[in-house]
Amino acid sequence: MCSVCGCGQNNHSHHAHDHKHSDHAHDHKHSDHQYGADTAGLSVAGFSQENLIEIEQDILSKNDAYAHANRQRLADHSQLALNLVSSPGAGKTTLLVKTLNLLHRARPLGVVEGDQATANDADRIRETGVPAIQINTGRGCHLDAHMVGHALKDLALQEGGVIFIENVGNLVCPAAFDLGEAFKVVILSVTEGDDKPLKYPDMFAAADLMILSKIDLLPHVDFDADKAVERALRINPELEVIKISARDGTGVQAWCDWIENQAKQTNAHRAVPISPDHLMQNG
Amino acid sequence: MVDEYAFKSGGRPVRRINCRLGELSAMTRALYFCFESASKGSRCEGAELVIEEVPLSVFCHTCNAVKTPSGRFNFRCPDCGFPTPKVVTGREMQLTSIELEAADENAARTHLSADYPTQQTSCQ
Repeated sequence: MCSVCGCGQNNHSHHAHDHKHSDHAHDHKHSDHQYGADTAGLSVAGFSQENLIEIEQDILSKNDAYAHANRQRLADHSQLALNLVSSPGAGKTTLLVKTLNLLHRARPLGVVEGDQATANDADRIRETGVPAIQINTGRGCHLDAHMVGHALKDLALQEGGVIFIENVGNLVCPAAFDLGEAFKVVILSVTEGDDKPLKYPDMFAAADLMILSKIDLLPHVDFDADKAVERALRINPELEVIKISARDGTGVQAWCDWIENQAKQTNAHRAVPISPDHLMQNG
Repeated sequence: MVDEYAFKSGGRPVRRINCRLGELSAMTRALYFCFESASKGSRCEGAELVIEEVPLSVFCHTCNAVKTPSGRFNFRCPDCGFPTPKVVTGREMQLTSIELEAADENAARTHLSADYPTQQTSCQ
């Protein structure tokens, strides 16, 4: 099929011919393909310029404008914002609860929870004492920057804090929507396939950090951790990787250190020191 | 977006929509698939959707040149093998232009309301 007009013919040109588009029944003569020859349709016959409106606008520009506003708001309050993305069931909320318990006395924290329905996850978060705003996306499959902007208004953003945005469990659409976060963190659990980075490359290409979760289950599953990491790095050579078990605590310290380092860089002069002793006491 | 632009330009129906999509956006088929139903009842109903696909190219720092990877998500230089995460083209998702019906043709299609907007996304 011709990917330009969808007419089922491949060996034709677009717009180099002189037909009226009001008679566009796809029986007109075509010669060769000319992808990009007339990107804004400027040479289309049968149209006067007054009927043609040049736009040149990114389709996601509306979301990006909201994301920019969120980023500005977060910067004004010296917040580190992390966008947590994964398939449903990879362990985002469990890891988050563990992380909040470790960090909440060291830094002001806040959580934005995205789910299609229910406030179950926000309730789990609030049990840790950390404020959480639940967003229900209904039939939507991802959070967008507009929704997150409203949620941020309802969170008290205290200087030097960390905001965790737990996205809707979905490895496809959340890759495309900038929420204003500093980093996208993709969580891949070992109960999934080790070829997920290849099957859902957009997300792994967009992420800054990959957390390999549930690694306490590795002896019981066929998941090859080295292969998964190698495949993720094939998609994104700059991806950082941390292996974690939220259940037995393996790697959680490395994850908290990573957050702390990023938070310090977000606002070096306001950073609150955090010691391993403190983390142990709160574990 | 198209409906909004058409409204601002006098509310005439849209004849043609020109988009530019990068290979990595992988939206071409999905957009063709949903366009007919998504455009129903809007100023875009019956319009021709034209998508220009932009091929993927990456910049290789080792070769100091723009290269075409061997696969869509194989971000390695095809010549020297070094990682090439910097995408030059292929991520585009742009509305480039729209073409409206001529004013006299529009007079015969007054069934479309000029009230803006015909379709509005909800504001949470």
